[in-house]
Amino acid sequence: MRIKPAFENYLFVLPAAAIFAVFYIIPFIWVFQLGLYSWDGILPTKAFVGLSNFKEIILQDKIWWGAMLNAGYITLIALTFQNALAFLLAWACDREIRMKNFYRLIFFIPPVLSEIVVGLVWQWILDGNYGLLNNWLGQLGLSNLVRNWLSDPNTALTTVAIVHCWKGFGWGFLIFLAGLQTIPREFYEAARVDGANAWVCFRKVTMPLMVPVVVLVAILTILGTMQGFVLIIAMTDGGPAYHTQVPVLRILAAMRGSSRFGYACAQSITFGAILMTISFIQYRFSRYARQA
Amino acid sequence: MRTRLYYRAKKTAINILIHAFLISVAVTCLFPLLWMVSSSLKTQQTIFKDMSFIPHGFHFENYYLAWQQGGFGRYFLNSIFYTVSVVSGIVIVASLAAYAFSRLRFPGKNVLFFIFMAAMMIPVPGSFVPLYVLLNKLHLRDTAFGYILCMINVGLSMSIFLLKTFFDKLPRELEDAARIDGSSKFGVWWHVAMPLARPVLAVVVVFNALNVWNEYVLAMIIFDTKSLMPLQRALMVFQGEFLTNYPLLMAGLTITALPIILVYMLMQKYIVKGISSGAVLS
Repeated sequence: MRIKPAFENYLFVLPAAAIFAVFYIIPFIWVFQLGLYSWDGILPTKAFVGLSNFKEIILQDKIWWGAMLNAGYITLIALTFQNALAFLLAWACDREIRMKNFYRLIFFIPPVLSEIVVGLVWQWILDGNYGLLNNWLGQLGLSNLVRNWLSDPNTALTTVAIVHCWKGFGWGFLIFLAGLQTIPREFYEAARVDGANAWVCFRKVTMPLMVPVVVLVAILTILGTMQGFVLIIAMTDGGPAYHTQVPVLRILAAMRGSSRFGYACAQSITFGAILMTISFIQYRFSRYARQA
Repeated sequence: MRTRLYYRAKKTAINILIHAFLISVAVTCLFPLLWMVSSSLKTQQTIFKDMSFIPHGFHFENYYLAWQQGGFGRYFLNSIFYTVSVVSGIVIVASLAAYAFSRLRFPGKNVLFFIFMAAMMIPVPGSFVPLYVLLNKLHLRDTAFGYILCMINVGLSMSIFLLKTFFDKLPRELEDAARIDGSSKFGVWWHVAMPLARPVLAVVVVFNALNVWNEYVLAMIIFDTKSLMPLQRALMVFQGEFLTNYPLLMAGLTITALPIILVYMLMQKYIVKGISSGAVLS
């Protein structure tokens, strides 16, 4: 009598648990296991190599760390430029203003589009020979700026980062706006009565109350941007040379290009650990900032 | 003395500045898409010379060509099929589990729920590597079924979380009444809980549908056979094969983007809700 109802209850979670066990838990465990082996993905035998994959990543793989730096650079631009823009736009929309809903509707179009669509459209606009951007620059008399934006080693990474910001600022905008709208209007009115101008209002009322939201957006931006790579596949595929490589593209290259499955898993673990560390530090930092 | 007129003029000036800023950003958001549509209506001969936003002559036959010869008709139907299958799978599987986590008692419930939630927090950036190995072993690689199962798994944690939170807030009286009337547990779930959960189910459906439609990585890992590929994967293959056929590529991109933009316009409310709850979670 007591066993039967529990059994029936398990039936409810069984499909979810089964799918989750097979497609999440098993791969999760395998990453850690495979990271210790040298394996081409085909042969039935794997060679146990201990931690030598990790040793190679940390000490020898310059391209990997270059890719990490590239992702860091894109993330830095997203954290500053993209989030500042998102915050400004949210701040501008957080008032009695006409067409507020229209702006919100438009700003969130880039985020709902796929990275492939966004990447391919921008690649066409930025095309060195026939692209719209170079055409405009030519017409404006700025021909000296004309270049092959995505295959020039000097501009490729920054160009990719800016397209990333174009696609991503709508997220931040939406979260910032939701945060701003939770601030009671009375706070602003009280500050006004006390003689505060717009800037003082912003610094003394808006900023302190928005710290948790800013931290949240920062964490999401870092985790999302560091792991991003589909946009890059669609625009440069990591080139020219290794100038727009990012970590996940390296994992993909280790797996598909050089058939080093163990090495790819070791890269996954290394990268996952770095991401966990970053978000942990940020979380601690935000708790500290909130108390101060 | 500063007059009322001065303050009104100042306010208007600020408003104009704010609108100018917002409009310029909005235009920046829209113009790449307009350029995409505009390019899709030009021909191979004119596309490299005609730089106008409104092309000289609208070549709608590009869409026909992309749909037929480019194979985008096939890929479009594939994407629809994957989206519908994955979303219905998630709705059933996640709501069953969420209902159990919220209402039913069984040993190990909290541990199991914790594992589901932890999966959302731990980043596994290269999870496609072992997934590739696993699908090969199960002979599910390059099959629609393998892709659908993987994608159900991707949306599961988030959907369970959304649904469980909703069920937790739902009053139990209706369910109790149904139980007294002799409904089975599955009957209560299907006939009472699910209809009540409609608002949150809408969020789950729209959010996951966008996710599946836009998915690229797993489609790249899993599919080799062209006729099985969804749009996002097919676009990259097309671009690789016909490097400079920009009009057809742009037509393919428009075919891919249009349903998303339409769904977004119609279902804005649910998408925003899904995103904000997702953000709060992480």
